Order: sequence, then structure tokens, then C-alpha cells
Amino acid sequence: MPETAVETGVECAIEVADLDPLLGALRERGFTVMGPLLRDGAVIYDEVRSSADLPAGWTDRQEPGSYRLQRSDSPRLFDFTVGPSSWKRFLHPPALRLWQAHREDGGFQVVDVEPPPPRLAFLAVRACEIHAIAVQDRVLLGGPHVDPAYRARRAGLFVVAVQCTRAGATCFCASMKTGPRAGAGYDLALTEVLEAGRHWFRVEVGSERGAEVLAAVPHRAVRPGESAAAERALAGVAEQMGRTMETAGLPALLRRSPEHPRWSEVANRCLACGNCTMVCPTCFCTTVEDTGDLAGRTAERVRRWDSCFSAEFSYIHGGSVRPSIRARYRQWLTHKLSTWHDQFGESGCVGCGRCITWCPAGIDLTEEVRALQASKRRKEDRRADA
Amino acid sequence: MATTTEDAGPPGPAGGDPMRPAPFRVARRVVETHDVFTLWLEPVGGPGGFSSQPGQFDMLYAFGAGEVPVSLSGPPGPVKQVVHTIRAVGPVTQSLQRLKRGDVVGLRGPFGSAWPVSLAEGSDVVLVAGGIGLAPLRPALYHVLSQRERYGRIVLLYGARTPRDILFAREIETWRGRFDADVEVVVDRAAPGWHGLVGVVTTLVPRAHFDPHNAVAFVCGPELMMTFTVRALAHHGVVPARTWVSLERNMKCAVGFCGHCQLGPTFICRDGPVYRWDRVAPLLGVREL
Repeated sequence: MPETAVETGVECAIEVADLDPLLGALRERGFTVMGPLLRDGAVIYDEVRSSADLPAGWTDRQEPGSYRLQRSDSPRLFDFTVGPSSWKRFLHPPALRLWQAHREDGGFQVVDVEPPPPRLAFLAVRACEIHAIAVQDRVLLGGPHVDPAYRARRAGLFVVAVQCTRAGATCFCASMKTGPRAGAGYDLALTEVLEAGRHWFRVEVGSERGAEVLAAVPHRAVRPGESAAAERALAGVAEQMGRTMETAGLPALLRRSPEHPRWSEVANRCLACGNCTMVCPTCFCTTVEDTGDLAGRTAERVRRWDSCFSAEFSYIHGGSVRPSIRARYRQWLTHKLSTWHDQFGESGCVGCGRCITWCPAGIDLTEEVRALQASKRRKEDRRADA
Repeated sequence: MATTTEDAGPPGPAGGDPMRPAPFRVARRVVETHDVFTLWLEPVGGPGGFSSQPGQFDMLYAFGAGEVPVSLSGPPGPVKQVVHTIRAVGPVTQSLQRLKRGDVVGLRGPFGSAWPVSLAEGSDVVLVAGGIGLAPLRPALYHVLSQRERYGRIVLLYGARTPRDILFAREIETWRGRFDADVEVVVDRAAPGWHGLVGVVTTLVPRAHFDPHNAVAFVCGPELMMTFTVRALAHHGVVPARTWVSLERNMKCAVGFCGHCQLGPTFICRDGPVYRWDRVAPLLGVREL
């Protein structure tokens, strides 16, 4: 099969059988490849060694507070949407030893203990997730201080995107303008096509590194009609999304609404479990735990994901600043959709819908936003009537 | 929302990794009151070129126990010894309280925004402190006294709970003895032998000698005390846009990564702790924000 010149911006095609050579090419270049796997009844992200690890023939059904895997009759490899894992677990790990301190000469010395992180390649990154990584970049790399742990993992990251060919009931990336189509932020982007009995991938090349890797994998030029077939696979995904959010004027509305009665209403349903913050691909909050051994010789500091839903999160001498769940839910939602704009110049929500699916009480932030917007509209209507 | 951020420069002695503390040795330790003490800290391994602006804070680490944000309480600018005045209220500050001369702590800093002492030049300067809030104000007082000719009247109004809670008592006597500064101290509850004023610190505002229309006020203490002080100052003619306060929230990282210290759109570690009052007043007015 004739190979084609591979460069940024070019479209090529690979067969399903060529996924393993792609994984091999990444491994040869020193990458550890993370991708989707079936585990504990969900599609999660962990190390992928071969295409046989991918969840072929599985799809998912998501609703507020509900996630179910289902067998599909199709051999598709990426026929699901996002699960409880997000890529932040590799770039901004849930627990990380920052350093260890050893007593010596009447003082102590602080030393690194974590081995240098592996070079990471992510397989099957969705458009919303590419945006989520960019959001965390601005938090952890974009300010006056840089998080060295994040920088070490993020530098050199190789991204193989997968274009979404279906959307879930809790998806709303189209509203947040982060998807469904990945337009940038990847090295390679795959579109899975299964049509007329043929199963193959369109490959969009997003970087020189992507071109270099693809050149090492059996590939070919797209044939007449194949681009159209790939576009057909992507058609209608935005319309399939089960959720929407009106974002116009939202930051200002939330700024004006700290005493809205809806916060008390949602607080009656919210368990303050923090699930939404754990599955959220942009939530970045952490705490540190300082521990020492019994002999008092060695101490260490571990950084862990933290959640603004716990009472300890805002504890200062004298008590918690946000003792009520009402205040904690308000903090989370207002931060995501309003104050994030003040802090980082964009929304903290990418519309992946994980917080809706994984909320044990099925709280749906798009519904909460709509409730806040509706009462604003009612007020405006009254004013118009008067 | 825009916030005042004075450039604090690089993240101090820790250099590249802002989460990594540098070892500092306790050179001197003074017991100030029954629960407040002051530590003088020197970088282990020679002078480290430590420099801060008045109002900034460090993260102090007690080996194995944990880390807390503590304001600098010594002279600003380049120093050989870093001074912290600490109230022992929790496990970490109690561990710090048990340290002796020669012991080693971890230090990251300095972090945060500063009292705008340059902007205050040419004006009367009113410092209002409540309790341990005197410690973060002391570097500003050192600065204005050391550059005395650049400022108008200098007034310190200080409220403590009881006479035995008064910080820096001997130094207060020295300041009081100066002819170019006015110092007033008031306690909430008197005790036998107390001949001074009794009441809340806000009552000192109307009787203090300064020109409210050409004054800058720096206020530090419990949030409620600051709210009432700013109100009293405003009533007296000091506009909120010429009043600064220093805020406190839970902090784990001090560099804007951990999310704990958010107050609405701001991170107190990065945009604060010192804020112009009119910029944070709407936020402080919301319960549990």
C-alpha cells in the first residue's frame, strides 16, 4: 500500500490492525501509553499495552446518578463517552509525595523521593478533555508560580485524540464550546469509521511529532469518499447531547446571586461527598499531609486531591469558613462557572458531564443553572409587565 | 474583579520548587504573652538573602507536624534574621512554640501582597490592630518610622483582650515615648493594675490625632473587628479606598495551586493577604463566602 507524505494538517487513514503498530511506535519512543480499559464496571484510564486491552464492543449509558456499561453488537473500540477517570490523575496525581525530610546535624535535609515520572502518551482523549488539560495548564503552569510536579508530567505529553462519534445523556460540551470536535491540542486525532463492513480510522495530524509517529506506522492516503464517511460518523453528535447550558451572562448572574434561595434547596439534596470534584477533570484543589515516623527521624509531605465540599477545606482557627453545605455547593458552582473567569480568563467547566453522572444524588449542574436563570427571567418579566 | 497585588518578587529561599521548604535555625526565641511567642530565624548554611515587604507572610514548617502561614513581624527589606510572632492555637503552632534556640524549622516565602507604604507617603498613617493583628502591622510601622520624614502623623491604635495579652509591651512604651508618633492601647477587659482605656479599638478612632482627609489606614485583626474599624474610620472621614486590611483563610500552598484560600474571585495567598477595603468589602459582606 503506498504511503503518503505525513505532515501537520494532513489527513491519513489507518486500519484497525494498525493500532498496535501505533502503540508500538509510541513505546519505542519512550512513551508509556495510557488509554481506556474496562475495570470495575466502568471505562477507566490506565496503561494500555495492546489494542486487545481496549473496550471493544462496549458502550455506556449515563444519566444523573447512573452509569451502566452495555454490550454492543459492534466491534467499535471507542463507542463510549467519558467515564469516572480523567487524565488529571496522571498529570496532577491524586496522591503525590512532594518530599521527605531527614534529621541530621541538629537540623534536617529535604530530599526528593518520587522517581522522575514516565513520558506519557494518552490514547483516546476527547475534545472536552483536551480543553480540561488546557484549563489545568493555566492553573498550574500559567501563573507567577509553576507546579514542578505537573510540569514534569505535562512536558512532552503525546496526545492521541478520539473524535466523538456519539454523545451521552449527561454531555454538554457543545454548550461550553469545547467540543464535540477536537480542533487542536492533539498530536494525532482518530475518527473511528465502521461503514459498509469496513472498520478503519481517519487520522488527523496535529503536530510534527504526530507526523513523525504516524510515518512509522502503516498508513495510507484517504481514498475518495472516505473523508465524507468520516464526517458522516461525526454528524449529529452535538444534537445527541442530553444536556445544554446557556452560558451568556452566566458569570455575572452568579456574581449577583449569592443569596438565591436555590442554594438552600440544592443543599437539601447534596451529600457533600465530593464525588463531583474527584471526577471533574479541571478541579485542581489539593491539601497536604505532613507525617513523621515514630522515631522522629524522617518526615514527609504528601499532596492529595482535596474537595471544597468538606468542612475542613476552609477551616481556620475558630472554625470552618463554610460550615453549611449551601455555602460549599455555592462555592463549587460559582467557582466553576463565574469566578474561574476572574481568575483564569475562562470557564472552569468543559461540559463533560461527569459531575452529573457520578453524583449519588443525581444533582445536575445544568439544571441548577437553569433554576437560577429562570428566576432571573421571572424577575425581568415582572419588570416588563409593570 | 481587580485586586491590588504588589509585586512580591521571586518565591524566596526555596527557589525553583515553591513547595519545598528551606531549613532555618532558631537564633532567638522570646515569649511575648502566655500564648504568643516570637522566633528569629537564620537560614541554615549562611545568609540566604532574605527580603520581604511589610505585610507579607511565610509558610513555617515544624518537622513532622505540619505547616502554617505566618506573617512576618520584623523589619522589612533585606535581613539576616527573619522574624515571626506566632500565637499557639493548633498542633503546628504549638510545635513551633516548643522549639528552642538552635532548632531548625522549614520556611517557604515570602508570599503575598504588602501594605502600600510607598503610596502612603505624604499622608498621615493610621495603623489599627486587634490582638495578634499587631504582628503583621509591625513591619509597616518599622518602615514608616525609619522613613519618618516621608510621612505625616503616625498613629497606632491597638486593642488587646486583656492587659496580659498586650504584645510587644516594652516596644509599645518606646513608641509611646516618641514625640513623632501617637500610640493608644485599649483592652476589652481590664485587670487589677490596669490604668489604661477599656473598650473596643474602634472607640479610639475619633479621639486620635490625624487628618482623616489626608490619611491612609492599615487595619489588621479579626474580620469583625476590621469591619467595625473601617466603619468607624469612614465615619471619621477616612474613605474606604484609602483603607487596607489583611485577611486570613486556610492555606496549604501559598502559591495559588491548592484552592483553599479563595474568597470569591481572589486567592488570598496570591492577591492578598493585604487588600484595599473597597475591593473586598462586597465579598466579606456575603456570609460563608
